Amino acid sequence: MAQIHETEHQDYDVLVVGAGGAGLRAAIEATRRGLRTVIVTKSLLGKAHTVMAEGGVAAAMGNVYPEDSWQVHFRDTMRGGKMLNNYRMAELHAQESPDRVHELEAWGALFDRTPDGRILQRDFGGHRFARLAHVGDRTGLEMIRTLQQKVVSLGVDVVMECKVLRLVTDADGAIAGCVAYHRPTGGFVTFSAPAVVLATGGVGKSWKYTSNSWESTGDGHALALWAGAQLIDMEAIQFHPTGMVWPLSVRGLLVTEGVRGDGGVLRNSEGKRFMFNYVADMFRAETADSEEEADKWYDDHSAGRRPPELLPRDEVARAINTEVKAGRGTPHGGVFLDIASRRSPEFIKRRLPSMYHQFMELAGVDITTTSMEIGPTCHYIMGGVRVEADTEATSVPGLFAAGEVAGGMHGSNRLGGNSLSDLLVFGRRAGVGAADYVEGGKKAAPFDGAVVDATIDEATAPLAREVGENPYDVQRDLQELMQSNVGIIRTGSELADALTGLDRLSERTSNLAVRGGRAYNPGWNLATDLPSMLTVSRCTTLGAINRKESRGGHTREDFPTPDAELGKINFVHSQPSGGGYRGEIKTVPEPILEMPPELRALFEDAT
Amino acid sequence: MTDQATTGEQITLRVWRGDASGGAFEDYRVDKVEGEVVLDVVHRLQASQTPDLACRWNCKAGKCGSCSAEIDGRPRLMCMTRMDDLDANLVTVAPMRTFPIIRDLVTDVSFNYEVAKRVPAFSPPERPEGGYRMQQVDIERGQEFRKCIECFLCQDVCHVIRDHDDLKPRYAGPRFFIRYAELEMHPLDTNDRRQLVREREGLGLCNITKCCTEVCPEHIKITDNAIIPLKERVVGATYDPVAWLGRVVRRRKVRTTDEAAVQPAP
Repeated sequence: MAQIHETEHQDYDVLVVGAGGAGLRAAIEATRRGLRTVIVTKSLLGKAHTVMAEGGVAAAMGNVYPEDSWQVHFRDTMRGGKMLNNYRMAELHAQESPDRVHELEAWGALFDRTPDGRILQRDFGGHRFARLAHVGDRTGLEMIRTLQQKVVSLGVDVVMECKVLRLVTDADGAIAGCVAYHRPTGGFVTFSAPAVVLATGGVGKSWKYTSNSWESTGDGHALALWAGAQLIDMEAIQFHPTGMVWPLSVRGLLVTEGVRGDGGVLRNSEGKRFMFNYVADMFRAETADSEEEADKWYDDHSAGRRPPELLPRDEVARAINTEVKAGRGTPHGGVFLDIASRRSPEFIKRRLPSMYHQFMELAGVDITTTSMEIGPTCHYIMGGVRVEADTEATSVPGLFAAGEVAGGMHGSNRLGGNSLSDLLVFGRRAGVGAADYVEGGKKAAPFDGAVVDATIDEATAPLAREVGENPYDVQRDLQELMQSNVGIIRTGSELADALTGLDRLSERTSNLAVRGGRAYNPGWNLATDLPSMLTVSRCTTLGAINRKESRGGHTREDFPTPDAELGKINFVHSQPSGGGYRGEIKTVPEPILEMPPELRALFEDAT
Repeated sequence: MTDQATTGEQITLRVWRGDASGGAFEDYRVDKVEGEVVLDVVHRLQASQTPDLACRWNCKAGKCGSCSAEIDGRPRLMCMTRMDDLDANLVTVAPMRTFPIIRDLVTDVSFNYEVAKRVPAFSPPERPEGGYRMQQVDIERGQEFRKCIECFLCQDVCHVIRDHDDLKPRYAGPRFFIRYAELEMHPLDTNDRRQLVREREGLGLCNITKCCTEVCPEHIKITDNAIIPLKERVVGATYDPVAWLGRVVRRRKVRTTDEAAVQPAP
């Protein structure tokens, strides 16, 4: 059908949505294959959420502990994810991340060094050996800048400040391209491409206290679902144990796990190192049971077992939550993270420079002399678009997904440092997958003009409405709802209320009114983000209702323990009859991929 | 947010509103809230009084360099400027002056992305068996430059870019001088960009007034640690007779601009 609205049009072989680590890495790979590649990003190049990653990138290079290997990394990852992971993704990730880190070095990254000049690796929660390659506490910045500079040197086209509204598919359901708009002008643009790589990151902006930026609205999750792909494990949300709690304006801002890796400990208002009381059976054999033993471990991992502060993030976040609820929290409702009494000011400033400045400048706290007040903050979604492990292909032909937007790799809980390596390993694989698909001869079908028109009409409706809902009010109410009903501890009745609440918010979203024009109008931009936020919030809530157990980043007060049978299934969301954010979502259980015996054996002889 | 610790007092935020065709400052009365930064107040304005107020931001933690503006006349990050460090009654927020206005506080910083495309990227030797080796002490200066968050405040305040449109096509600016310095000082890099940075990127136009260093939110010593040493290296490659003799004896040639201006293999 002919198109009524005029749009700019661009033609490519591979369209990458998102310019964080995964998107950049995918684009590099597609470009190296000689394909016409474009990166479309909501922000400027180099500003994506990857810059916020602090602690490091996990890779079993064995530079500090030669006994480390991909097998140990694989096992740590699976156990951290409470065995819900797609084992094949975890396997590929553990095997390939060392090469991906070395590659970054060859592209100019300057990682901190060991005394003999190799890449230094630091300890992190859930990792048996010191495994995180890092640059002080700004590893994400180093990674994004390195990838950005590589992308620029390859001459890849980058369309900045451009928001994708909808993926367009052809009559057979295969990818044909997308409809988007330029934020600076508000002008609409259509991109034709037979292959699209989604690398849009997370969903945290739907919660009130989050370490995520405005961009993390779950666009890729929603675009995929609306286009016919499936989402899995959406209930698995990681609340990072250490976010700032004061001042309120920065509540949720991340405090790196590196503080604990480098010797920081958690204390309650009584000054007690409470984590010793929260060691789950699964981790008891390898966790220290006294402060003396734990403290020996930092210098020599064979002298004692691991400190309980370095348990996986879900364990630590729940423990903090319990301490605060029991009345042993700090004045501002967190607990204390103390490195001041344990390491010299010089050590702290050298190893954790960003944290030092962050607390000094935003809270007026000197972390070399004073404990930090911290509490859990919505940080990461383990769930996401269901992909084939080797190619990152979704069930929609031509659609690929990598990084946080993809599900499966991390199971029900992600270990720190595994996201940066995830971006590199699966970003590259998605680029390869997309390139193979395009080289297979697939061409993008011409667009149905009616689809483009409908997308534009829906996006611009709030600008035409004289009276209606303020998008900021709807966003605030959504954040309140998800924080209180689908937060760190969940129960069946609150989740049911959340669904009703989401219905009401969807109605309000179809009645938004926005003032001003289309050119760089944040109110309108938010209005176009709300549909994605609602879609992912609904999937998270549906997954949480169905998963009647507690596992990793999903804790049910009414089902407080894991259920072995539920540990063998993913809850899979799809939207068979379409309808966008107002459409019905179908949720069904499906068995997880079964691990072959040689990998299963790795868990049997584990100590 | 409604549960903030309001102090009961109000202040005036004077914000520049407009676009490429022109604009003016507008005053907004807002509650004073404990512990807030300028960006918080801008966000509260968007959520309450003026939803179409344009401002660029991402991380709100001083790590991404998106929310650059001129606050009370000084180039700063809105997310790292605490309200209680400013004049208690009136705070002025304007867009960066050097770059063309898009809308309100958002400017067109594409000049910087164009300069970035001209930088010949890192060019290491083939990776040896067992990997590259570098000592921490040899990479620390490079790491200082790589702290750069590309807020472009140094570019905003640099008088060559700010006041000399005619020079901009052949001037990289402080953000990219630290990039060139980083590559020059990288223990593994094999390219030689000294003539290139002199002839094509205008290093000589910088007269080391240190304004860039003063505004850097990452406290990078741009002038002392990057620009001055880079100038010295360029002098060594161009005018220094002792260095010239050394090159003749060791038969090492300074790469010309054209020789240096190549991107490494993909």
